[in-house]
Amino acid sequence: MIQIKLVDQIELNEIYSFLQHPEAGGMDLFIGNVRNHAEGKDVVKLEFEAYEPMAISEMNKLAEIAAKKWPLKKIIIVHALGVKQIGDPVVVIGTSSAHRQDAFESCRFLIDELKKTVPIWKKEYFTDQTVWVNAHP
Amino acid sequence: MKIQLFGISKDIVGKRELEFPEDPSIVTVLDLKKWLLEKYPRMGNLNSIGIAVDLEYADDTLAIGTAKEVALIPPVSGG
Repeated sequence: MIQIKLVDQIELNEIYSFLQHPEAGGMDLFIGNVRNHAEGKDVVKLEFEAYEPMAISEMNKLAEIAAKKWPLKKIIIVHALGVKQIGDPVVVIGTSSAHRQDAFESCRFLIDELKKTVPIWKKEYFTDQTVWVNAHP
Repeated sequence: MKIQLFGISKDIVGKRELEFPEDPSIVTVLDLKKWLLEKYPRMGNLNSIGIAVDLEYADDTLAIGTAKEVALIPPVSGG
């Protein structure tokens, strides 16, 4: 019922298939993409790296919390690693449940918490420099 | 034992891992943080610096002792 993955490339069809469940009337998908700007500057591409075993473990913990808090049928968290171009999906959170409210709430919880605790790092490539996001005040 | 480095901390140190200091006075997570800040002052400019011991975020008071794996966790930015 829970699937957690770090991948080179995100396959949305596989995620959609995983989320299907005969008792699930609602499915919620959050897809985070590479945006072409940050702090008023043009972003050329992004690069992600992870402390992989710990990232998997932290994502599993979040999924377990969500599974206790909401009556979910399926939970999937997939994060991409490596160099990603503008428009590429980099993270997908999917939840399915009998009713939409639980799917919406748990999906939002999972992406918000992932950004706080999961050891994954994003480097922004601008035309003139590279920056590790959030590193400095 | 090696200390694994990621993101900005890897750039500050200039390599992917660091040998754990052979200094008997370094016992806890806080001792290790102080040693790192002294050796690599640029770490002090970061928003935060965490230490993971055996794949778990560790409190400053934890004794590193027999840990199998230690990693430096600079501010995360996934998603």
